[in-house]
Amino acid sequence: MTLEIAISRKAYRLANGRERLVFEDFALEVANGAIVALLGPSGCGKSSLLRIVAGLDRAFSGAVTPAPRRLGMVFQEPRLLPWRNVADNLRLAAPRLDESKLAELLAAFELEGHGGDYPGQLSLGLARRAALARAFAIEPELLLLDEPFASLDRALHQRLRALLSERIGARKMTALIATHDLDDALLLADEIIFLDHAPARIRGALSIAEPRGTRDEILTKLRASAEIYYMIDAGGNDSLEAAS
Amino acid sequence: MTRLISIVLFLALWQIGARFLGPHYLPAPAAVIETMIAEARSGALAFNLGVTLARVFAGFSLAMVAGSALGVALGRLPWLDRLVDPWVVILLNTPALVIIMFAYVWGGLNEVSALMAIALNKLPNAVVTLREGARALDPALDEMAQAFAFPRWRRWRHVVAPQLAPFFAAAARGGLALVWKIVLVVELLGRPNGVGFKMNEAFQLFDLRLLLAYAAPFVALMMLAETFVLRPAEKAANWRLRHDA
Repeated sequence: MTLEIAISRKAYRLANGRERLVFEDFALEVANGAIVALLGPSGCGKSSLLRIVAGLDRAFSGAVTPAPRRLGMVFQEPRLLPWRNVADNLRLAAPRLDESKLAELLAAFELEGHGGDYPGQLSLGLARRAALARAFAIEPELLLLDEPFASLDRALHQRLRALLSERIGARKMTALIATHDLDDALLLADEIIFLDHAPARIRGALSIAEPRGTRDEILTKLRASAEIYYMIDAGGNDSLEAAS
Repeated sequence: MTRLISIVLFLALWQIGARFLGPHYLPAPAAVIETMIAEARSGALAFNLGVTLARVFAGFSLAMVAGSALGVALGRLPWLDRLVDPWVVILLNTPALVIIMFAYVWGGLNEVSALMAIALNKLPNAVVTLREGARALDPALDEMAQAFAFPRWRRWRHVVAPQLAPFFAAAARGGLALVWKIVLVVELLGRPNGVGFKMNEAFQLFDLRLLLAYAAPFVALMMLAETFVLRPAEKAANWRLRHDA
């Protein structure tokens, strides 16, 4: 079933009493089984959108239909329970996870041997893997990823993205990935939604048909296809400026 | 080890002080132990100590359960907090003696009034500590639990309780020291048995040997409870002390 997101209005009240409008007459349809990347500058409302879809924020006018069942979510911070070890964090999110599935999942995210570690003992990279593994553990119908690679160094970022790319194609699920990194979107998504500064508007959409596994080689070509929406700066790195 | 030396030193000072002041002002440790043995033989020591400990335990549990529930509620519901907070502050600053007297006047000189008086004295302390704990609950983890649709019990057991446990343990530790002192006053004012009652009797007779014969084992018991029950419990309740790298 298609996920329909319609937000007629969403605003935050600021400390100084004024309002910051994030969405106005915003609508987005996500086809069943589609992997959709929300690409836009920081503060454009990507996280707000995911929180609304997840049902964590109900202070908006509009609707998300159908209300998602079996939701897996990865927040910007890992948000693991610090008093439970990695394996228990996964088990608590997914009580029906059996031991062989658990081991398989830990292996898939290169967490072998860390099942008994507590989150305080993990590096950020490992904690993020655990958070991703937790979201996959419940075999979600809808997966929401909010900047899942934020504040990782480049090598870790790429490694984790490759792991995620493998897992995301392994099972049918609908996914929304919020990111400000064009390469993340190009390598992971079937469709990229380009968002403007708040109040967020859809500037355009780009479908990517090439299979995920082959995209690494044609990344330059893919980047070029996105150029009408974004100008990639001369250094060729991931930081993007919105084209005016 | 240092604690042991400290206790031996205390006993030595007591002995010297007794020699200096004479038995009317400070009985020697040996004389106190003699009285203690006599009281123990008659069964009075065990009985009164037992009665007092039961009151400490019951009043303490009552205050911890009710105080924690109310504290968590106040920490979670700002409107309720604004309403109830002045009452908590009033109760916190009302002398224990006043609460005890009111309990006895309103409820009569019985066990229920005694327990209410004990619990009410400890209650605001538990409320304030647990309220602090409930305010410190991490909203990020709460959202995580909501996103992953944790059922109510799992959320309470694995997300909320571990965050509240250190506050609960701190309230319990501070609470015991408070409660056992209040229990003695409650007994002194309106109970026909217990350590407080015996102390009153000793005071009427200016019998300091009897007074100390009851005070010493009681203090010793409370120190043991503090060292071997409450402190380890506090350590166990705090996940940070258990396994943060």
